[in-house]
Amino acid sequence: MSESKGMRRSQKTTVIVAVIIVLAVVGGVFYFNRPPTNKTQLIVSTTTSLYETGFLSILKTNFEAKYPQYNVSFISQGTGLALATASRGDADLVLVHAPSSEKTFMANGTGVDRKIVAYNYFLLVGPTSDPAGIKGLSIVDALKKIVAAGEAGNAIWVSRGDKSGTNTKEIALFKLAGYDTTKLAAEKAPNGSPWYLSAGAGMTATLQLSDQKGAYTLTDIASFINNMNKGNIHLIQYVGPGKDMLNVYSVILINPSWKNYRGTFDAAKTFEKYLLSTDGQNLLGTFGVAGQTVFYPWLPLKTAGTDTTTIGWITSYAYIDGSECPTLYRVQGDDLYS
Amino acid sequence: MSWQPFVDGVRQGIQLIISRDPEVIQITLRSLETAGAATAMAALVGLPIGIVLGLGSFRGRGFLKTLFGALVGIPTVSLGLILLVLFSRSGPIGYLDLLYTVPGIAVGEAVLVIPLIVSFVASAVEAKDIGVRDLTRTLGASEFEASMAIVREAWSGVSLAIVSSFNRAFAELGIAMMIGANIAGLTRLLTTAIALQSNMGDFGLAFALSFILFAVVISLNFVISWLGRER
Repeated sequence: MSESKGMRRSQKTTVIVAVIIVLAVVGGVFYFNRPPTNKTQLIVSTTTSLYETGFLSILKTNFEAKYPQYNVSFISQGTGLALATASRGDADLVLVHAPSSEKTFMANGTGVDRKIVAYNYFLLVGPTSDPAGIKGLSIVDALKKIVAAGEAGNAIWVSRGDKSGTNTKEIALFKLAGYDTTKLAAEKAPNGSPWYLSAGAGMTATLQLSDQKGAYTLTDIASFINNMNKGNIHLIQYVGPGKDMLNVYSVILINPSWKNYRGTFDAAKTFEKYLLSTDGQNLLGTFGVAGQTVFYPWLPLKTAGTDTTTIGWITSYAYIDGSECPTLYRVQGDDLYS
Repeated sequence: MSWQPFVDGVRQGIQLIISRDPEVIQITLRSLETAGAATAMAALVGLPIGIVLGLGSFRGRGFLKTLFGALVGIPTVSLGLILLVLFSRSGPIGYLDLLYTVPGIAVGEAVLVIPLIVSFVASAVEAKDIGVRDLTRTLGASEFEASMAIVREAWSGVSLAIVSSFNRAFAELGIAMMIGANIAGLTRLLTTAIALQSNMGDFGLAFALSFILFAVVISLNFVISWLGRER
């Protein structure tokens, strides 16, 4: 009797010891991975096109060198998703490139203190064979010819199809040319397959799909140079920098009175001011991909005031109700806006 | 088609291992500890459930067994989405701050592999049940001891469940991506790093990291099976 009691006890002991070990292991992992309490965590949700160029790691290193009390994390998603993440309270600020979506983001009370930081251009790229014959045309004429060629079964278009900033620009450009992309996506070429393909993927995947299919697509300049440099794609540029191809990056802070706010407004404000400072603007202006700089900082252009054409383009494309940030959506930034 | 990308990738992978590249070491250790914690939590919850399910005889047992079996195949993107909404600051357990952290990924992966453990253990234990239970009872064992005896007999099935869960958690991408977001220095794992490098078009590095991932899993499995060999 006492023997079997002993057996029972030692078995129960084994189980209890095993459970304790497991809990200790799990506890250890949780403990050693807890967020660093001596640093404020700043979460920036941003676009894949910025993230994949590698610029953000350089930004992080430099910002944290100047402000060591902060730890910056970048979440890379499409612009649409980046804004949604911020709306849920899971980010402190956003760095995106779709002025129309940004306007809605501020209008619904989530975003405040918007500031433009940099710009570059989108490119229309395509196969060297140029089946739609768009060489030398303006963006509107090129798109019209692509649609005609697509409907005739001679050309293919690949869209990001993911509510990213690039996708938003693409839809706007087709609209400028007189087309509704949802209708284009439903069309079929004479052979029965669609000619307007929706990749639902990031920029590199979309470029590769275009390369494989010999299709035309819209891309940002940094991703294009990056992928060409790596030898992943063999497309060529057809429509380049110009008024309609502007790509403008802005930073927007989350409204501190927003219900799910993480409570890091000062940190977010410091980050915004850094991006706008000489150091930050310099980082943007000197960042290179394959030996070529890919961003133009906004402030030097604006303060110099000499390039009225480009400034004019940017103000008409990326200003909201006449300014970078309507007074209604400003919380703490009167020194930022002139 | 050329084998060059694969060859270059393997070469680069070996290079990274030999040179003890600090970032690669960091993400490998992080993958190991995340998968380890996930498996530990899943085992803690899943083993008892699996044993009860395998040995018990209550109404709804068949239904539960089928349910857990089906849950093994839950698409990780859907699970990731559900967890994202739960862990978000605007979600019910947002105050736990699990989003974009390693513990968060571990919890997510644990939820993913619990059905795996439950199903495997329930089957393994059920197969051993009949003969062993009666035998131990005739030798004077209590209900608890009889169950423990069955678990010992079914140990190969139980350990298979645990090892498979670890492998599954280690190779997980969807949940790690949605809950962790691949943040450098914080939540970047081998799998998410591979995805990032592919997205950035750097296939050489992506292949290299894949090679390292395979190497780690295979070595680990060999070590575990050697440790558990019949003496």
